[in-house]
Amino acid sequence: MEMNFDTIAAIATALSDSGIGIVRISGEKAVEIADSLIRSKKGASFVKGMESHTIRYGFVVEDGNVSDDSLDGNGKEEGSAGAETEGSLAKGGNGKEGGNIVDEVMVSVFRAPKSYTKEDVVEINCHGGVLVTKKVLELVLRAGARLATPGEFTKRAFLNGRIDLAEAEAVMDLIHSKNELAMKASTTQLRGDLSAKLKSLREKILYEIAFIESALDDPEHISLEGYPERLKGTSDLLIKEIQGLLQTAENGKMIKEGISTVILGKPNAGKSSLLNMILGQERAIVTDIAGTTRDALEEYVNLRGIHLNVIDTAGIRDTQDVVERIGVERARKYAADADLILYVVDTSVALDENDKEILSLIGDKKTIFLLNKSDLEQKVSEKEILSLLDGLRPEIGSDPKDQISMISTSAAFGKGLEELETEIEKLFFHGEVMQNDQVMITNLRHKEALQNALTALLLVQQSLEDQMPEDFYSIDLMQAYASLGNILGEEVGDDLVEEIFSKFCMGK
Amino acid sequence: MSEIREKVDVCVVGAGHAGCEAALACARLGLETVIFTVSVDSIALMPCNPNVGGSSKGHLVRELDALGGEMGKNIDKTFIQSKMLNVSKGPAVHSLRAQADKAEYSRAMRKVLESQEHLTIKQAEVCELLWDNIKTEEQSEETSGSAEAKLNLSGSKESGIFEKRVTGVKTFTGAIYECKAVVLCTGTYLRARCLCGEAITYTGPNGLQAATHLTDSLKAMGIELRRFKTGTPARMDGRTIDYSKMEEQFGDERIVPFSFSTDPESIQKEQASCWLTYTNQATHDIIRANLDRSPIYAGIIEGTGPRYCPSIEDKVVKFSEKERHQVFLEPEGLHTHEMYVGGMSSSLPEDVQLAMYRTVPGLEHCKIVRNAYAIEYDCINAKQLYNTLEFKKIKGLFAGGQFNGSSGYEEAACQGLVAGINAAMEIQGREFLVMDRSESYIGVLIDDLVTKDNREPYRMMTSRAEYRLLLRQDNADRRLRGKGYKIGLITEEEYQDLLCKEALIEAEIARMKETKVGANQRIQEFLERHGSMALKTAASFAELICRPELSYAALEEIDEGRTEAYAAYRSMEQARSRYFTSDGRLSSEILDQVEIEIKYEGYIIRQKRQVEQYKKLEKKSIPADLNYDEVPSLRLEARQKLKEFRPVSLGQASRISGVSPADVSVLHIYLERKQRSESCQ
Repeated sequence: MEMNFDTIAAIATALSDSGIGIVRISGEKAVEIADSLIRSKKGASFVKGMESHTIRYGFVVEDGNVSDDSLDGNGKEEGSAGAETEGSLAKGGNGKEGGNIVDEVMVSVFRAPKSYTKEDVVEINCHGGVLVTKKVLELVLRAGARLATPGEFTKRAFLNGRIDLAEAEAVMDLIHSKNELAMKASTTQLRGDLSAKLKSLREKILYEIAFIESALDDPEHISLEGYPERLKGTSDLLIKEIQGLLQTAENGKMIKEGISTVILGKPNAGKSSLLNMILGQERAIVTDIAGTTRDALEEYVNLRGIHLNVIDTAGIRDTQDVVERIGVERARKYAADADLILYVVDTSVALDENDKEILSLIGDKKTIFLLNKSDLEQKVSEKEILSLLDGLRPEIGSDPKDQISMISTSAAFGKGLEELETEIEKLFFHGEVMQNDQVMITNLRHKEALQNALTALLLVQQSLEDQMPEDFYSIDLMQAYASLGNILGEEVGDDLVEEIFSKFCMGK
Repeated sequence: MSEIREKVDVCVVGAGHAGCEAALACARLGLETVIFTVSVDSIALMPCNPNVGGSSKGHLVRELDALGGEMGKNIDKTFIQSKMLNVSKGPAVHSLRAQADKAEYSRAMRKVLESQEHLTIKQAEVCELLWDNIKTEEQSEETSGSAEAKLNLSGSKESGIFEKRVTGVKTFTGAIYECKAVVLCTGTYLRARCLCGEAITYTGPNGLQAATHLTDSLKAMGIELRRFKTGTPARMDGRTIDYSKMEEQFGDERIVPFSFSTDPESIQKEQASCWLTYTNQATHDIIRANLDRSPIYAGIIEGTGPRYCPSIEDKVVKFSEKERHQVFLEPEGLHTHEMYVGGMSSSLPEDVQLAMYRTVPGLEHCKIVRNAYAIEYDCINAKQLYNTLEFKKIKGLFAGGQFNGSSGYEEAACQGLVAGINAAMEIQGREFLVMDRSESYIGVLIDDLVTKDNREPYRMMTSRAEYRLLLRQDNADRRLRGKGYKIGLITEEEYQDLLCKEALIEAEIARMKETKVGANQRIQEFLERHGSMALKTAASFAELICRPELSYAALEEIDEGRTEAYAAYRSMEQARSRYFTSDGRLSSEILDQVEIEIKYEGYIIRQKRQVEQYKKLEKKSIPADLNYDEVPSLRLEARQKLKEFRPVSLGQASRISGVSPADVSVLHIYLERKQRSESCQ
């Protein structure tokens, strides 16, 4: 097989509560990359020397002389040469010498062709939990691997002749479905304000390319006199903004990490108390996200290690009040986008038309019914709700009972929270709601794209500094444009030609 | 039967820039060829601008020349002014443009055609194509429903993609020419309609006879046609123009030829001037006041026009903030007073035109010889073609030029050449000429035409070429002459020139990389004088050339071995005098290559790496008869697009809008599986 691919990496294990996550690297540079990141207890690198199909104990370190072929000199002075030499890790501790220890790992090496992909494969077994596994993957990417596209390991395994023909169809299905999921994740999880920002950055870049290109295409009509200075200014700004975005991505605020959870219910059903209960008990608010509407409160919660993005909505009832009506409409919209719905039912009040309305919003979404105010006199039973749901069945299509569970709570007394947590955990780890590792990967993908855009813009500045002719700028500007487009799921296509014609008056 | 019946190899329909190249290529490759035109006096006519080349179009002409086309040679014979554009910018965007003497250009090309062996010129309107159905076993059961369903049922690769085979053409007078291949180069003549305000004529450009019958025959063969439009400005009587109010535009002092075969010394000559003036508010006011009389704004024109050569009406409406637009007055030839008014094409009525032109400084008393007009014509969406320019469903039928939805003489000529070559290759059972996007602008042009949904006449632009740093006009011969030689359109002599050129470039680059200078006082002084940083350690000449403030020429004074090296080159066995100046130095043709390759090495290497990535998918070919309905897990949109375009490679598939990377992966695996299971059997 003459195909030689670049080196890819991804988290190979599904996110689970077991705590172990495997980062898999495949390709020509797999061993080299792992070698640059992993140290023995004494601080020495050893992966290159490992025999195939063996496993060893070591530490993933950061700033341990990571190879970095991006142009900027950043970190070159700090990333000392010390890592390759001795200096015990224990002693070096958090010092610069051996770099910071990120995780204690077991690393296995499978040399080509005796591996899953028939390429060199290294697997790093991380023990520090989800966040640490993600950090290790990031280091691997920074060391020169590319984030694998959905299903890419399996694709390579097939193309390299590792998987037999009978399984080809399954491979195609896998790529197809995983990709659909990733595409959806990429665009839906991007925070609204950021998506607008990225769009505007892209527009600015495209304008510059179009200007250069139209001047090259029609030199008699459009002049590039004094343009390099102007581009210097623009690229400074662009770089600053992208660095800002990278920081945002670094903090995990780039995307709505977590399961999009919407609390629905009639007014006074106890929705807000429920939210307070969750928040108050856990005291795990990571951030409140800006840009949410005034009428729906959005909170970021961590329940037993699972990120929830909880949106508390206005109570739903048939109303003539304009403002309230808008709130209800919004709730409807949130429900449509939700991964999980928490429906708070006030069991002390009889079911009515409004409950029917809410049930219709739920559709076939995963829903947990919280039968609230269990301490008061009960006017509603599980049975009643189920029969109401049965009535909606033809509209929903699937059997709604497959999608729901019921918990009896009393927000006032903090009752039922544990059951709720268990229930969410169950849904989540059994893959019945939006997988969280997908979310995490999305964030990484975005970071990778931002980093690529940044590198491209730095190359533009390099060209400016070297006084290269104008046409050299547009090559790297285009790269930056395409990279940012990856985040938004937008292709380059004929954008440039469109922009040239719409913004610049071409001759003849 | 009394009608004329002849048997030839190839029929070329149309004798414009595409038709001429196609016919010459076929005849030069030894095939009996007939070229049809509605008027022998309009061979290689330039009905619009009087120039050849320009940004990215200059690249096309040089590539065409490297492959053995005629346009470059012909313009070298007939130009009256020449200019290298973008010289202050990077080498990738340098572009040659020459003003032509239109009548001479046409006459010279006609002479080339007339003196070409195996080529017959015939003045006749081709009205009909003759064809056969290609019989396959499945097609016997003609009764079943849609073709789609049939394809599914059979699921067989034998169902093929060619459905018909072209067998000849029939002219208006009933003469029949049987042939093995037809190349359609009908330009803007199919059902042409010219509009000048309310006045509409059913003619081709310049009042020439339109071809009204062929469209029906093409439709009957299952070819889908569409309608495009373009336009041209007025021509003025030069004696009525006051040039003192305009800026004179001169040609270059040192003229660079288009053709790699033309000796630069032979074409240094006196040049004609062009003139620059501007529109103003008064011009714009007149246009705005009369927009309702423009057939485009009044909705009379149905064709889609090109945005890159907008009419002056369009410019004024779309860029209303611009206070003035440039107007270039360009001579139509040396033996006429007629001047082309570049920048002011229009379809406004005659009276508005005159009023509008007369507001422009220098044109106050102008007299119009020919009115500006817009022209509408039938053409195809080129997605019906392979990148060999053969119809996917009709064996032996090729197409080139504006008929394929492009615009421009140069774009047309290049397609004509490729279509002609491939018609010959098919007849002779030889390998097709297909160039990809990393090899040439022609490759980009054809790939864009056949894979994109173009909604307006397609014009080449440097921004369309992803790898333009490699696709420079200065190295077109180095990229393509070998191909032209293999095909048989480049002579042994020309090929030996190329080999010599390569050897000289290679030797001089090696010398620059190997020769090092120390950090001695003489060198430091030299560097200081050129505003360049002092050396810390020894450096090669190549490293010095990379500095923006230094150049190959500047290094002369510290390059002691230069004269000696040149002498050694001259005595090389394959040395050819054309690459040396009269005083024995390497010519600029060689030195430019040396300097560019050294100065931009970093960028060139980066681009070459991108090309490697790109080639991987490009090399993965997709069988023409692939049944996309059998490929599982393709998204619906992708499936539809793939069926519509039928890409030849995974690379081409990836460029079709609506086909995602995941779809390409899925397709990749499917093809791999298919291939493996076939090799198992």
